[in-house]
Amino acid sequence: MTDLSARILSGDPRAIARLITLVENESADAIPTMKHIYAHTGRAHVIGVTGVMGSGKSSLIYELAVVYRAEGKKVGIIAIDPTSPFSGGALLGDRIRMMELSTDSGVFIRSMGTRGMMGGLTGALYDAVDILDAAGMDIILIETVGVGQDEVDIVKIADTTLVVLVPGLGDSVQTIKAGLMEIADIFVVNKADTPGVEQTVAELEAMLDLATAQTRAIPIVATSAKQRQGISLLKQRITEHSEFLKQSKQFETRRRQRYEAELVEIIKKRLLAFIFDEATLRDTVDRCITQISNKQLDPYSAADEILGRILK
Amino acid sequence: MMEKEKLRQMQEKRQNWESSVYKKAVQENQERKQKFKNLSGIEIQHLFTPEDTAHLNYLEDIGFPGQFPYLRGIHPTLYRTRLWTMRQFAGFGSAEETNQRYHYLLEHGETGLSVAFDYPTLYGYDTDHPLARGEFGKCGVAVSSLKDMEILFKGIPLDKITTSMTINGPAAVIWAMYIANAENQGIRKDMIGGTIQNDILKEYIAQKSYIFPPEPSMRLIVDTFEYGSTHVPKWNTISISGYHIREAGSTAIQELAFTLGDGIEYVKAAVKRGLVLDDFAPRLSFFFNAHNDFFEEIAKYRAARRIWAREMKKLGAKKQRSLWMRFHTQTAGCSLTAQQPEINIVRVTMQALAAVLGGTQSLHTNSMDEALALPSEKAVRIALRTQQILAEESGVTDTVDPLGGSYYVEWLTDTMEQETYKYFDKVERLGGVIPAIEKGFFQKEIAESAYRYQKEVDANQRILVGVNRYQLDEEISIPILKMDEKGEERQINRLKTLRHERDNSKVDAHLKRLQKAAAGEENLMPFILDCVHSYATLGEVCDVLREVFGEYREPAIY
Amino acid sequence: MVKKIRVLVAKPGLDGHDRGAKIVARALRDAGMEVVYTGLHQTAEQIVNTAIQEDVDVVGLSLLSGAHLTLFVDVARLLKEKDIHDVLIVGGGIIPQDDVPTLKKAGIAEVFGPGTPVDEIVSFIKKNVKR
Repeated sequence: MTDLSARILSGDPRAIARLITLVENESADAIPTMKHIYAHTGRAHVIGVTGVMGSGKSSLIYELAVVYRAEGKKVGIIAIDPTSPFSGGALLGDRIRMMELSTDSGVFIRSMGTRGMMGGLTGALYDAVDILDAAGMDIILIETVGVGQDEVDIVKIADTTLVVLVPGLGDSVQTIKAGLMEIADIFVVNKADTPGVEQTVAELEAMLDLATAQTRAIPIVATSAKQRQGISLLKQRITEHSEFLKQSKQFETRRRQRYEAELVEIIKKRLLAFIFDEATLRDTVDRCITQISNKQLDPYSAADEILGRILK
Repeated sequence: MMEKEKLRQMQEKRQNWESSVYKKAVQENQERKQKFKNLSGIEIQHLFTPEDTAHLNYLEDIGFPGQFPYLRGIHPTLYRTRLWTMRQFAGFGSAEETNQRYHYLLEHGETGLSVAFDYPTLYGYDTDHPLARGEFGKCGVAVSSLKDMEILFKGIPLDKITTSMTINGPAAVIWAMYIANAENQGIRKDMIGGTIQNDILKEYIAQKSYIFPPEPSMRLIVDTFEYGSTHVPKWNTISISGYHIREAGSTAIQELAFTLGDGIEYVKAAVKRGLVLDDFAPRLSFFFNAHNDFFEEIAKYRAARRIWAREMKKLGAKKQRSLWMRFHTQTAGCSLTAQQPEINIVRVTMQALAAVLGGTQSLHTNSMDEALALPSEKAVRIALRTQQILAEESGVTDTVDPLGGSYYVEWLTDTMEQETYKYFDKVERLGGVIPAIEKGFFQKEIAESAYRYQKEVDANQRILVGVNRYQLDEEISIPILKMDEKGEERQINRLKTLRHERDNSKVDAHLKRLQKAAAGEENLMPFILDCVHSYATLGEVCDVLREVFGEYREPAIY
Repeated sequence: MVKKIRVLVAKPGLDGHDRGAKIVARALRDAGMEVVYTGLHQTAEQIVNTAIQEDVDVVGLSLLSGAHLTLFVDVARLLKEKDIHDVLIVGGGIIPQDDVPTLKKAGIAEVFGPGTPVDEIVSFIKKNVKR
């Protein structure tokens, strides 16, 4: 066991932080430790929180964390913000809403940039979740970017997905893309202190009535993070969902999906690194690109050639 | 409006001038820049003529000083009768030290006082609160109880000198202390005059010294309006401030639009409570920044007066005084440079001149060393002398609104007014001022402007003398104000003694009554006055209110 | 390996002037760094814990209230107490020249006053990050 693994398993915040940096940076140094700690993962309940920008996701996560902390549960939070495609930099500002938690030793908050990943997540997310899990977090809350409305990838990693809506988004429910609506295990109508909340809830109910294929009724919870209302109820719904998953065997199906996605992610990363970073293959790749530009070769045949060389 | 025929002739001549004279001149010698833009980003043409103001009707849009729409001034005679009030913002260290500075300023010809409080006071904490660590007396004077207020104004005739107090979150409490202090000296409430800033909206927007959420904060403010109009009639119960919005990096137009928008919001809140507009409107006052772009600043003040008069009329004001926009001006702290600090005197002079030409009612001129530290006595004196030179030597006070009728200034005034209404519409679409604050609209607008300005400076597109051109490699030695190191200890001991010696059962009883009233709907001013009279501290009163009202947390915008 | 410089921009104390902090945060982002911003009114403990969890390379402190001798020094001391030596600490705001030696001695690597071009801050950080 590496020294770092031991420190991770003991919940040392500096070790957790450092290992997340290593996986974010795709450093090979992370791999031995990731291998070691893996056996200790799988305990935490992973909650994804997605929804449009300005729906109050950060405040909601803060309030949920407070409720979980009151029960003595350890909470890990990952807040994702977009990386600028131009500069590669990122402003990670979700934490501002959670600063009161930063002196609580039972909470670990990490801000991450998307670093080129689509779908509102970040490439190192699977690893970061595993690290927090192995470090003893009971609950892991993930806040997706929240800029677009196509952040459906969160279901590949979350046990429970919360889709957060707010009243007064124009045509509100109708304007939310179907994909985002389909991934919800629980709908949260946040900012329930603002006008229009009943309408949003009613629209959601109407929409859910149409979706007949549901094996379970999807709950709608109205919350006001600002006024700390509905948070306990939301927590209760999350617990119920977790129990439902276990009873209905969906838990295993979901986890299998998650491990598959994680494995695909690792293989993809390695394969691409292998093809594009290795010196020997790099020459072939460059030559193929030249030929493609000169119309001497088509991209499909080029891919056949390159993959052929690896599979040899 | 010009006669059509005359205008047509002029247009013809103008076209002629453009195509022959101007074009030729530019061909021979290129202009220094492709585009000339002011600080708000408005493009400035090479020449303004009667054409640019032809759409304005003199009687309706410009008029005479002292008459609607008050563009040229709220008083018919302005500085010919009475100069503006020279009011230097001051406060540091303990109440004793600041009291000395006030006496010094008054001896040197200052005509009104202006109190700067330290951060703990601004946030409603006593000096011995853990969050006050390191902040005692740094940005202003610490006032934790009526005891400190007594020392701060020792030897100053409260019935003769007016006092402006820059206090917002806990404004009602500090004001109560000022009133209580006067009362204890036998001066009636209706004899004292001055201003409390009391403008919480711009705190959420820019300055960030807030305590409570918007709703209870607005209630406290309306409480002071109501209490003031019946009991302290000479007091300005609010100074609706653009100054801090500008310092946070806004443009002049944003300063104008956001400040007036806030003003209208306060009026609506008070009317909603059932206050009669003409009862409180005459006590609303404003506070603007004076930045570097000379004409833009002048246009801003003039536009502000006209927009306010028009809006107040729309809201149903009947009294003339309700239509008046009276304002204080301070030169732009953010425009001062740490490099070659002496040249700040020149910047301040220019900015102060703009404020005077814009018709300000009172003025603070910044000290040259403010980008380096708290101002020294000499720096403050020079700043005050700057005002005195403008007043006594420059001649700009001899006539009212000397720039009125300038094609450029009238055009710019009008343009700024139009841009302001565009912002009003935007805010309206977001649901009003408070929803826009909660959505971070203003904060984002300001952050954008600040970043754009900095980028322009860094790219040398905007020249700052001494910063990105005409730099000098010099050791900067400026006398730095040294504070009494024992001040903090003395203050903490004073608090300890106070808490021990006062009648604590009385304090508790008053605080309990305040708590009950805060949970209800009564006007809180009488309850707060009782608390401070019994020497309840600022922190104790604010804690009671914090418990009932909760605390504000800002949306994450940057 | 895709190493990015991570910076914590923090506002200690009660000072609400966040114009400079926000401008610097954006400039660092535009220079390709990942910037965590704490928001206003932070205690030294909150800042240091955040620096640890976010595993930043740099802590940038901004203060215009004049309390830097207490609050900057608190942050530097707390980092040292937690045995963290590989984080670069820089400060900015209205800081009298006379105070700079004290701050440097406490572990603040550089102090940037008003009028500092943001590029200067960017290049100082790039040159001086400790890991």
